[in-house]
Amino acid sequence: MPYIEVGGKQVEVDEDGYMVNLEEWNKDIAAFMATGDGQDLSEAHWEIINFLRDYYQKYQIAPMIKILVKEVGKVMGPDKGNTKYLYELFPDGPAKQACRYAGLPKPTGCV
Amino acid sequence: MAKFTAKPNELSKINLTPRRKEWMDTPVEIREHMYCHPAKIKDLQTVDFSHAREWKPADEDWKLPQNWEQIVLDGMQALLKKYRSFQVFMDICVRCGACADKCHFFIGTGDPKNMPVLRAELLRSVYRGNFTLAGKILKKINGARTLTPEVIKEWWYYFYQCTECRRCSVFCPYGIDQAEITMMGRELTNLLGLQIGWIAGPVAACYMKGNHLGLEPHTITSSVELFVDDIESITGIRVEPTFNRKGAEILFVTPSGDLFANPGTYTAMGYLMLFHELGLDYTWSTYASEGGNFGFFTTNEMAKRLNAKIYAEAKRLGVKWILGGECGHMWRVLHQYMDTWNGPADFLEVPRSPLTGTVFDNAKATRMVHIAEFTADLIRNGKLQLDPGRNDHLKVTFHDSCNTSRGMGMLEEPRYIIRNVCNHFYEMPEDTIREKTFCCGSGTGLNASENMELRMRGGFPRANAVKYVREKYGVNMLANICAIDRATLSASMDYWNPGVQVCGAHELVANALVMKGEKERTQDIRLEPLPGEEETENV
Repeated sequence: MPYIEVGGKQVEVDEDGYMVNLEEWNKDIAAFMATGDGQDLSEAHWEIINFLRDYYQKYQIAPMIKILVKEVGKVMGPDKGNTKYLYELFPDGPAKQACRYAGLPKPTGCV
Repeated sequence: MAKFTAKPNELSKINLTPRRKEWMDTPVEIREHMYCHPAKIKDLQTVDFSHAREWKPADEDWKLPQNWEQIVLDGMQALLKKYRSFQVFMDICVRCGACADKCHFFIGTGDPKNMPVLRAELLRSVYRGNFTLAGKILKKINGARTLTPEVIKEWWYYFYQCTECRRCSVFCPYGIDQAEITMMGRELTNLLGLQIGWIAGPVAACYMKGNHLGLEPHTITSSVELFVDDIESITGIRVEPTFNRKGAEILFVTPSGDLFANPGTYTAMGYLMLFHELGLDYTWSTYASEGGNFGFFTTNEMAKRLNAKIYAEAKRLGVKWILGGECGHMWRVLHQYMDTWNGPADFLEVPRSPLTGTVFDNAKATRMVHIAEFTADLIRNGKLQLDPGRNDHLKVTFHDSCNTSRGMGMLEEPRYIIRNVCNHFYEMPEDTIREKTFCCGSGTGLNASENMELRMRGGFPRANAVKYVREKYGVNMLANICAIDRATLSASMDYWNPGVQVCGAHELVANALVMKGEKERTQDIRLEPLPGEEETENV
């Protein structure tokens, strides 16, 4: 398996750069991945990443975009509760990019 | 892996010039974006598949087990013994070529090894060389060849470039079922631990948690709760679904994609609204929470193990019969395999619609009815009040799923539903629908992201037919009755026909369904303003 090196530690990732062992996650890893995409993580990014991690903790899967949009709207106001806002933060798609930063696996199946 | 960036105008230039060398002398070239990642070790181990290991398709050495040759030949012998169809299909092809240009992967790639006849020949050549006298003696003259690691690579590459759609079989004068050949090919690669991640992941999740996505019971109920909230804001009606309820008349099972991926979620809202309006005595299950069966893309034995869960749950809950949601391959499994695997399901009753009294004799063996049959029967008997005008913003065409059309002959029911709930319905060209429908391009568990070039190439013929009705009639909605379609066609439309959306038939039903006590609707099921309501939206 491939790995990335963050803070002197090797972190195992899959072919698409998603973490293999979720419990190894820390903020430095997320920041490292973002830098690789030429992004700096702002407070707005962290709010999404933290939400994703909390959701995963509870439901064992990455939330669908519909849930993400709804929750963001609830917490951060309706002007941010839309897909456009999420795509501005995560241009490769909140489902793919934000989940990768948050250390979540990709969902598979009829999706 | 580099990102897939090829543009549609590049991909649609297809090279059909035959290669100089004979096919047997043309080694397989494992190309990026054309194959899926290998299975994860833990997923194979979950279902006791053998030879789980780390390997890479791009590597020279696939780390085959030491006795790989013996494993394959013994496996082939066992399959020939078990399946008479396999033996027949290995023997009877006359290589007339009627199938050659019928495959969406051949049309989209121009690769001769994607001609169904040649894809089958990859396996037949080894069969001849090892299991027929003529092949053993005459070798290459008889079309036989020796089994080598290169052959295994070629099998793997091309048997995961076939979606078992069976369009070629419609044109075969012998009726050779190419899907059965690919299934045998995949059984053999599976014996060597050469499974793909996008299939093995859902299989392991379904085995452990009851559905492909690995949704936990509370994840399922929370997702449905979200739909219930949205339905309430659209209609003013609070629907009240139940879960795992013993004694319900009907168990409802649908692909988990409907619960957790757009646009399937809108289809799921359609089911909820319809069942509420009917006052149907039904229950969802968080145990048998998957209609699809990715096991079917690995081995028949695995498919049988997953299929058994639905019936075990029906028995546990004591329901009378099972209603199945909009899914494709679920119905090939149900219609053509279930009865001899886990049937007969005679602890259930022959399905009878409690609303119309119609007895579904066609489901006598499996006791499981497709929702399109169920709803078409409701409409035919005048049980639904419908306002098709609420779909007037849509110009709809219908994509027949390979498995419901060719696998169970369900051609009219979905069309009958759509014609009754929509005012604007247009068919794609005759050679691309019904029995001759083109595959979405990513079925049989090939709907990953790393094989996007393969998917877009395979989806090209279907997309091309959609393009035709879009240009001719302004079609903007591609309806279907399959969860894989909903996921894969969305990607293929974005690529080939941007602006064309994808939906399940029951999303259209939900828009048109006039519910008792509903408030005046201003939004469709996607919470978008209905026609005529756009301007008042922000007032």
